Amino acid sequence: MANYKYHMLVCGGTGCFASQSDQIKKNLAQIIEEKGLQNEVQVVITGCFGFCEQGPIVKMLPDNTFYVRVKPEDCRELVEEHIIKGRKVNRLLYTDPENKEHVADSKHMEFYKKQLRIALRNCGFIDPENINEYIARDGYAALASVLEINNPLATIDVIKKSGLRGRGGGGFPTGLKWEIAAKNHADQKYVVCNADEGDPGAFMDRSILEGDPHSVLEAMAINGFCIGANKGLIYIRAEYPLAIERLLIAIKQAEETGLLGKNIFGSDFSFDIELRYGAGAFVCGEETALIHSMEGERGEPTFKPPFPAQEGYLKMPTNVNNVETYANIPVIILKGWEWFSSIGTEKSKGTKVFALAGKINNVGLIEVPMGITLREVVYEIGGGIKDGKKFKAMQTGGPSGGCLTEKFLDTPIDYDNLIEAGSMMGSGGMIVMDEDDCMVAVSKFYLEFTVEESCGKCTPCRIGNKRLYELLEKITEGKGTMEDLDILKSLSKVIKDTSLCGLGQTSPNPVLSTIDNFWDEYLAHVMEKKCPAGQCKALKSYIIEPDLCIGCGACVRVCPVNAIKGEKKMPHEINQADCIKCGACIEKCKFNAILIK
Amino acid sequence: MDKIKLIIDNKEVSVPKGSTILEAAHKIGIDIPTLCHFELKDLDIHNKPGGCRICVVEVEGRRNLAPACVTECTEGMIVKTNSIRVLNARRTVLELLLSDHPADCLVCAKSCHCQLQDLAARFGVREIPFQGEQSSYQLEVSPSIIRDMNKCVMCRRCETMCNELQTVGALNAIERGFPAVVSTAFNQTLANSPCTFCGQCVAVCPVGALVEMDHTPKVIRAIADGKKTVVVQVAPAVRVALGEEFGMKPGTIVTGKLTAALKALGFNYVFDTDWSADLTIMEEGTELIDKLTRHLNGDKSVKLPLLSSCCPAWVNFFEYHFPELKDIPSTAKSPQQMFGSIAKSYFADKIGVKREDMVVVSVMPCLAKKYECARDEFKVDGNPDVDYSISTRELAALIKQANIDFKSLEDAPFDSPLGESTGAAVIFGTTGGVIEAAVRTVYEVLTKKPLPKLEFTELRGLEGVRSATIDVDGFKLNIGIAHGLSNARKLLNEIKEGKSQFHAIEVMACPGGCIDGGGQPLHHGNSEIIKARWEAIYEADRNMPIRKSHENPSIQAIYKEFLGEPCGHKSHELLHTHYFDKAKVIEVKLD
Amino acid sequence: MSVKIEISQKTRTKIEEICKSFNNEPGELINVLHKTQDYLGYLPAEVQEVVAHELKISTAKVYGVVSFYSFFTMIPKGRFPVSICMGTACYVRGAERILDEFKHLLKLGVGETGADGLFSLASLRCVGACGLAPVVLVGEKVYGRLATDDVKSIVEEYKGGGCAV
Repeated sequence: MANYKYHMLVCGGTGCFASQSDQIKKNLAQIIEEKGLQNEVQVVITGCFGFCEQGPIVKMLPDNTFYVRVKPEDCRELVEEHIIKGRKVNRLLYTDPENKEHVADSKHMEFYKKQLRIALRNCGFIDPENINEYIARDGYAALASVLEINNPLATIDVIKKSGLRGRGGGGFPTGLKWEIAAKNHADQKYVVCNADEGDPGAFMDRSILEGDPHSVLEAMAINGFCIGANKGLIYIRAEYPLAIERLLIAIKQAEETGLLGKNIFGSDFSFDIELRYGAGAFVCGEETALIHSMEGERGEPTFKPPFPAQEGYLKMPTNVNNVETYANIPVIILKGWEWFSSIGTEKSKGTKVFALAGKINNVGLIEVPMGITLREVVYEIGGGIKDGKKFKAMQTGGPSGGCLTEKFLDTPIDYDNLIEAGSMMGSGGMIVMDEDDCMVAVSKFYLEFTVEESCGKCTPCRIGNKRLYELLEKITEGKGTMEDLDILKSLSKVIKDTSLCGLGQTSPNPVLSTIDNFWDEYLAHVMEKKCPAGQCKALKSYIIEPDLCIGCGACVRVCPVNAIKGEKKMPHEINQADCIKCGACIEKCKFNAILIK
Repeated sequence: MDKIKLIIDNKEVSVPKGSTILEAAHKIGIDIPTLCHFELKDLDIHNKPGGCRICVVEVEGRRNLAPACVTECTEGMIVKTNSIRVLNARRTVLELLLSDHPADCLVCAKSCHCQLQDLAARFGVREIPFQGEQSSYQLEVSPSIIRDMNKCVMCRRCETMCNELQTVGALNAIERGFPAVVSTAFNQTLANSPCTFCGQCVAVCPVGALVEMDHTPKVIRAIADGKKTVVVQVAPAVRVALGEEFGMKPGTIVTGKLTAALKALGFNYVFDTDWSADLTIMEEGTELIDKLTRHLNGDKSVKLPLLSSCCPAWVNFFEYHFPELKDIPSTAKSPQQMFGSIAKSYFADKIGVKREDMVVVSVMPCLAKKYECARDEFKVDGNPDVDYSISTRELAALIKQANIDFKSLEDAPFDSPLGESTGAAVIFGTTGGVIEAAVRTVYEVLTKKPLPKLEFTELRGLEGVRSATIDVDGFKLNIGIAHGLSNARKLLNEIKEGKSQFHAIEVMACPGGCIDGGGQPLHHGNSEIIKARWEAIYEADRNMPIRKSHENPSIQAIYKEFLGEPCGHKSHELLHTHYFDKAKVIEVKLD
Repeated sequence: MSVKIEISQKTRTKIEEICKSFNNEPGELINVLHKTQDYLGYLPAEVQEVVAHELKISTAKVYGVVSFYSFFTMIPKGRFPVSICMGTACYVRGAERILDEFKHLLKLGVGETGADGLFSLASLRCVGACGLAPVVLVGEKVYGRLATDDVKSIVEEYKGGGCAV
């Protein structure tokens, strides 16, 4: 990155963007100009740094100082102190929660220590809206070498040997998929990037597209060359405006630079990329549904075979991969399959990006080598459970996955181990739950999602999931019977066994996994009509402990239904008939006088 | 052809490559239950969404159960169709369907013909373990069709018929997840949609979601009313299908029993729509001769080809989708409406009954006929030419209600004078029949020579679009035939583009023509039944002593006595109609 | 006898332009609907009729697609559309309580728009700001790390017509 003395990298990921990182960039640029430093300091909006919990983040190069929770009004101090006076602004440095010391540089932060960034290699380092910064970090070199070697099968072989598996959830070997598409002959073939990230609690693909769009474009072109396609389509959620904007800029710049379009690098190979917009249907993550959606139809899956590699978009052979899978491709080509396959476990190579969220201290986007343990993720990278509570479970795989409990803390994370543990890799959501989370309610949450997102084409998913949800609703309301639990189990198995597509085939997983691991919680709801975590509204009542209540009236003011009564400075009481169990009072009470029973 | 060997329920079977497990199992007598699956292979109609999951089977080596209807056989495959895992899954899927289905079987129009009911009986379902929300959609009653989407099982058959076979586009899957259902745009009424009321959706619906509007109570009341003279007419295709409702072999011709049954039901006059089919040929044939003669004489204003206009669903189709071509079809009314018009004028006068005291009932293989007879232009001072149209199925129900043992009835003849007909009329009941009947007459009238051969086999068949050139004494008459409205659309597009080579085109909305109309006994996807009816129609033709419309003495008599000449003044008044532009109009409103 | 659809000239011209920009290609239906909704804010029945007419497909099919995808709506959104993230990260950090509070204060259900057109309420999937969970969007403005008693002040902020979003 050229001749500047300093670079100020401002995180432009969605989380930081939501906390005004664009204003921070503006302020920094303005102050630098004011000081006449515009030829020495460059301010860049980058992609996600990953450490969303601490956003907005500003990173200084070349010294790697990592400022967290920066506000627009902090900008002047950052420029005057850090740039002009060469002193770090201590109050904006990250504080280690253990020893309470400031950590100046990301390399020494627990959050980053165990991470290995391959797919996210450029996120947070380059300006995603400037193709030259991507090129400066070996961008499009992989495409150049693939075109120069001019042997598609050899390139497919590299991908096959690397052991890369689809990062969208299924884990199908990527090289094999390319090979099948390459072998199906047709006048027109298509390369499709699945960017319809729909898992509630996952934002990996979004971050890659926002932070490093060119890596995906380059990989798609390589894919196109390998299978004999000259048309690429990115199917992206319409709810991702920033990613869309950056992709459009990237495509335009790549076309202007001759890296997309006709006769790339002077070869015979031409490749164009267009965007297609999703419209809010989780089922469109399934590749046949995605293809129907791109064709302007309802996003209903169809039976496979024929697979998209045989008969896909407009009935032509089509290769569909997800964003993260693509982001790995250029590096594998440049560094070789030997390098890539040396990372990870026997059957799961490389790294995986996860969106770590929930009841954990360090919420953020992480990329870790396959084979890392849950314990390392939760306690080292994640910094442990929020508010010192007890770890209860880690949910992976979203609505298709399951819960991993304490006993799996030391299991190395890879595709096969997660399935064996009753969950799955999925697209990469990792939600941490603590002792306050009711696992019956969690599975109801996921079923509600599936019921909402089912396309309705096949019976088990259309009606079966609805019935599962209704059973869970009944149980969380304290109306469940032991017979309901039996039906819950047997129905779940049939839905898995008979559904048309992956959505229905995995939708009962959250139920089955919580039944396996938290059976006593189900029993408590049914037999004792109690929610052990105190989360199920119908099974709990809010009670004011007279000995602890000082009658301050804070709860009275916050209660939306005026259910709390009492004389000033005297213990108050909650009228149970009126109480809607919203929990507002308990949040407000400073004396812990309100208990859930 | 490549053969594939596999094992189903421990039996080896060899099938052509590309066969499904369902087909392979069927070959060795294993009847895997299905629900959404529907095919009329001979007519190239396929509905295979693989959605209901009733037909799931266990395939060794696969993680999940496979739907037999869409899973292709592979070499060495080992399939189990009745393992405990399969039976349990199949029953659960069935119970799920039943848990969102009204249990009003006793009063459902499809009772005893319902495939879901059959499955419940086959599996001995005695209770439904799942309770929960049930779908609740508004019931829709149209002149022809009743839609109760609470009974929809999302088999998508109606959607396939409406969009792929008919390209009508009235129905589509809407919403998603539990509320997903097949419906019209914005859940509007069928009357507000492009629906042609062809009834093919009703003909294939496995449950009671789509059924015909039942007019039998009105018919019973009319017969019981001593002041009314009730006249009935029967369409050609009814006589080759009605027997099925009484357990007779498909393709049995039951004309005599049908007539006897109608008399036993108490109709005052039992007449034949075949009679007015002959009349139609006189009118439409004359129209064609006139147009051809003018065309051959170089009159550039003549619009050709002439399109047939017997099929009311087809009329609805071009009025909605091709209103710009509404001047091209023959103006001749359909045989049903010609009959009504003559019955309530000529015949009413003849027997001295006032128009308003006469009730004309038609028995039709069709549901669009119900809509047709209710059209305003077929009424005189609000009194319709045809009062009620009932389907073949409704007639069967009526006969059963009246304790008539259909099979043992003695044959009876049609009444006179509107009961006499020819072989040309009876072939109206199948695709190609109207045009063949017309050619028999047009040839002889134009050439003034007897036909060298009576049967134009080149016009017969079940391919969707057919064409033939008939040598009319040196003149090459180009004929086009389409059945299924998607096929009609192809011919209409050619006309629109000025590329059509035809002088005359016959269109029937239903696949196979009226023999497979929306009001016929349900064939449940068995195209052998349709073929048997098709063959029976031509047999009925062969059985007739007179086989050309213009030789029908009763027709000759009515022209002499009442109408004058074909396409004359009186004909125009009584036997011809005009068409409307029914395309949606997008109007700009002022802001 | 024919069904009449009423629409303003301006809207009709705009839809025709949009369809034309996609070559009136039926396969571009979803793109056309996106652009049309961008322009109008929602997709009422008469608009779908015009789209169907231009792309030469059935209105039932257009409606089938519109009603399939949750992004498309036939109800106009409020001036201040409130969207509560119901992604898992927000859910475990109390998004449901926040949603309940909005429902209570705005007297609206999810997917509804108030009679005065001021607010509409929606729940959406992960917005990718899990670090700020639970998250609420009003228009494009993001409110993060919310507790139930923050809801009242957010509603108040916009109630008087507030600052336009």
